Amino acid sequence: MYNFEINRPSTIADAVKALASDEAQALGGGQTLIPTLKQRLASPETLVSLTGIDEMKGICVDDDGRLCVGGATIHADVAADGRYPALSAMASHIGDPAVRNRGTIGGSIANNDPAACYPAAVLASNATVVTNTREIDADDYFQGMFTTALEEGEIVTEVKFPVPEVANYQKFVQPASRFALVGVFVAKFSDGVRVAVTGASEDGVFRWTDAEAALSDNFSADALEGLSVSADGMMSDLHGSAAYRAHLVKVMTGRAVTPAA
Amino acid sequence: MPKDGGIGASSKRREDLRFLTGRGKYTDDINLQNQTHAYFVRSDVAHGTINSIDTSAAEAMPGVLRVFTAKDFEAVGGIPCGWQITDRHGEVMQEPKHPVLAEGKVRHVGDPIAVVVAETQAQARDAGEALDIDITELPAVIDMRDALKDGATKVHDDLTSNLCYDWGFVEENRDAVDEAIKGAHHVTTLELTNNRLVANPMEPRVAVGDYDFSTDEHTLYTTSQNPHVIRLLMGAFVLGIPEHKLRVVAPDVGGGFGTKIFHYAEEAFCTFAAKEIGRPVKWTSSRSEAFMSDAHGRDHVTKIELALDKDGNFLALRTDTLANMGAYLSTFAPSVPTWLHGTLMAGNYKTPLIYVNVKAVFTNTVPVDAYRGAGRPEATFQLERVVDKAAREMGIDPVELRRKNFITEFPYATPVAVEYDTGDYHATMDKLLEMSDHAGFDTRAAESKKNGKLRGFGISHYIEACGIAPSNLVGQLGARAGLYESATVRVNATGSISVMTGSHSHGQGHETSFAQVVADMIGIDESQIDIVHGDTAKTPMGMGTYGSRSIAVGGSAMVKATEKIINKAKKIAAHLLEASDADIELKDGAFSVAGTDKSVAWGDVTLAAYVPHNYPLEDIEPGLEETAFYDPANFTYPSGGYGCEVEVDPETGKVTVLGFYAADDFGNIVNPMIVEGQVHGGLAQGIGQALLENCAYDAEGQILSGSYMDYAMPRADDLPMFNVDHSCITPCTHNPLGVKGCGEAGAIGSPPALVNAVIDALQRGGHDVTHIDMPLSPDRVWAAMNG
Repeated sequence: MYNFEINRPSTIADAVKALASDEAQALGGGQTLIPTLKQRLASPETLVSLTGIDEMKGICVDDDGRLCVGGATIHADVAADGRYPALSAMASHIGDPAVRNRGTIGGSIANNDPAACYPAAVLASNATVVTNTREIDADDYFQGMFTTALEEGEIVTEVKFPVPEVANYQKFVQPASRFALVGVFVAKFSDGVRVAVTGASEDGVFRWTDAEAALSDNFSADALEGLSVSADGMMSDLHGSAAYRAHLVKVMTGRAVTPAA
Repeated sequence: MPKDGGIGASSKRREDLRFLTGRGKYTDDINLQNQTHAYFVRSDVAHGTINSIDTSAAEAMPGVLRVFTAKDFEAVGGIPCGWQITDRHGEVMQEPKHPVLAEGKVRHVGDPIAVVVAETQAQARDAGEALDIDITELPAVIDMRDALKDGATKVHDDLTSNLCYDWGFVEENRDAVDEAIKGAHHVTTLELTNNRLVANPMEPRVAVGDYDFSTDEHTLYTTSQNPHVIRLLMGAFVLGIPEHKLRVVAPDVGGGFGTKIFHYAEEAFCTFAAKEIGRPVKWTSSRSEAFMSDAHGRDHVTKIELALDKDGNFLALRTDTLANMGAYLSTFAPSVPTWLHGTLMAGNYKTPLIYVNVKAVFTNTVPVDAYRGAGRPEATFQLERVVDKAAREMGIDPVELRRKNFITEFPYATPVAVEYDTGDYHATMDKLLEMSDHAGFDTRAAESKKNGKLRGFGISHYIEACGIAPSNLVGQLGARAGLYESATVRVNATGSISVMTGSHSHGQGHETSFAQVVADMIGIDESQIDIVHGDTAKTPMGMGTYGSRSIAVGGSAMVKATEKIINKAKKIAAHLLEASDADIELKDGAFSVAGTDKSVAWGDVTLAAYVPHNYPLEDIEPGLEETAFYDPANFTYPSGGYGCEVEVDPETGKVTVLGFYAADDFGNIVNPMIVEGQVHGGLAQGIGQALLENCAYDAEGQILSGSYMDYAMPRADDLPMFNVDHSCITPCTHNPLGVKGCGEAGAIGSPPALVNAVIDALQRGGHDVTHIDMPLSPDRVWAAMNG
């Protein structure tokens, strides 16, 4: 780890100010950034910690019935919440207890690791990502592996989740890291089904629209028969070929539908 | 009834109090006054020419004391290899120089190029990054088959090729084996890879060098399984320091698994640099460094052929193996694929003709050496896999095919030069089938099928050779060391005892089980006995702990020394009791005259030895301290039946281990609880190899699984509750305790049982899959099913 300054603002306004400097970098729960720093793969001059900002913490339900999760809310709190059961279940299986008690939703979706769980939940739920300057639809927010719509210095302050009629997340873990080798979040709303896939694609989290159409007509695993996912553009590594990942997308989607139905 | 003390009792591990409460004293806990810190700058390419190293910028950085490169080590030797193999043509192996720091070329990712010594670890690392090293990258040779091709890039320019040796065993059998296979009713052939592993002990390697100018004494604190071996290798071959001026201390060590046997460059560096700098020098490996600098394990590619007659009797066995040595020869690397592997190819079976060919190959990878089991897992895996495959091909039950070929008469001389003293393979097989409810398998399989899963059961029946080894024998085989063990038993005046052993405990619980042996022999409480190990200044020259040798060889030395103590104490007791020493009996810590009620307590005799007022000074010396060296007459041969029950998810290829059963014959058992723990640990590592672990290289020689993000260590929830039994006992015939050793069995017997179980599950599910290389990760199993 190289030396850096640490800034611990207690308001969003102060955090935004602190992040205005070129060499400043936001620090959420640090579950990706701290290991990166320890390996000397990053050398920010100043870290702006977002975990001391009370207005970014906590979970509530807004007037539209959306579950609103503050950007600095840790996974363990989402896991314990239970008002969006599939979201809580997903959060309860991120990493290990240490990760869940440090890592935050804002940190996870700002980083947008292609194998992280949260992006699938946000995208499948058609959630709205709230920042210090605007609200961004999930469909516009995720823009490829480690890439989002966030501008320099923009902070994820809250994520608003419409709560589906039924939903389920199925994660097939990579054996070493236990990140998602393939994770599929299926959410059924009154106006249709959304299916978001993490872990699989070279472009990061994506929606499997063929499955969405089929499941919107018939919300059962049978509806997936005859569908297939192309291996083109899927990641391929030590733990799974592109063809294997493509295959798992369908299997995990079916499993997410079965308990959800 | 379980005993509450002595041999056979499950005494609680006394060392665990300090380990479990954070009070263990590991090498990294040692911080000497005025200590400096070393940072190793390592190659990030697999093969390259070092054009220049500019140290000036680094030397000017804050806190930097000195930058070392190969030129600082011109006057010292290379890291020695401890075993020389003679090949099938009578030629000795090719043995390249292994410099402390890379000379002119780097040969694997992680090869150390330079070392910065600075006031703090961070300063040393900062300066390390500021070194200007100019390297021209060269083509790397990673795959062993490529390495042996004509015109392949050579890892060492001064060698004739990348072939270290071409070993044939038993060479005289070669033609007869070929003939037998040619004419056989059935030949089963299997080609397989035994995956490369990284040992990953919980504690990374650490070295602290210290030099005392007033006495000219060097001290090295290091994470070693064998401090005396390090003192000999480093002192005599690398740095030229005589033993009386070099002390090596290996305090609490947090797991070794073989990878802490070897002498490493970092140890020599810290010892050397401490004198150069004039201050202690410390190095602690990071986990990332461990992946590229700890010796790796396994990495064999093998073709095995088993010839059978129409009734399933084994006629002949032939194997061809490529064994990866990596870029340099680690301390015992040449012995692993040869004498620790070829000699085990008979397994439990009376195969009359066996021929083993091993070609050891240099590649631009981290050196490979012994890892838990060392050669014996490689032997067992291929043999137990090919036997299983043969059973399936011939339509014979795998249990019955094994039973048909089991050796039943002992001693048994195998065609691969070893003689098994005892064993009862049918007994362990019977026990295994009983423990695993083999008879109820079909019902369980039907239940799995209902749930859309494929259930399978796999067996392996292993043999291993432990208690290495008769020194004169290993000397003939190329070992450059003896393999005896030593013990000094020092009885104190009031009767308590310190036992100094050349064995080293790095998790095995010697401090408990060794004390049980001495307590049992004398009849005093275990708490009166301390086991001292891990310091060349305190213990007699001993060879250390590996190969499941400690209780069989180190324990035997301790028994011999304790017998000398008892004999002398009886003479003292005879004097005190005014009787003949032939009439003195020792029982429950008291000496008595046979047939009388006259007795004297242990403590009175020991006190007399040190306060010899009433003492036969004309016949015997005062004091009560004895040393013994024990050189084994043979290896010991633990064996056992292992069974694994798995479920395969046909949609994802994921394997779940539902049950694991181990019926071992370890001979006599000193501490059943510790033995059970040893088997549990071995099983976890064996299942880890079979299911999860894989040290993978890309074609350029970069490690693809160089951290826990990609190298899958087994976690508790990857493993089932183990079912372990060691009630089948055929005591070893040639050591005083009748013990065989238990440290490696779990890692040796389990991989083939697991793979056999998965193949069984897939075949029962209608998939024509006969082999999958380890680890049986979900994608590999799925790919095999959808081949």
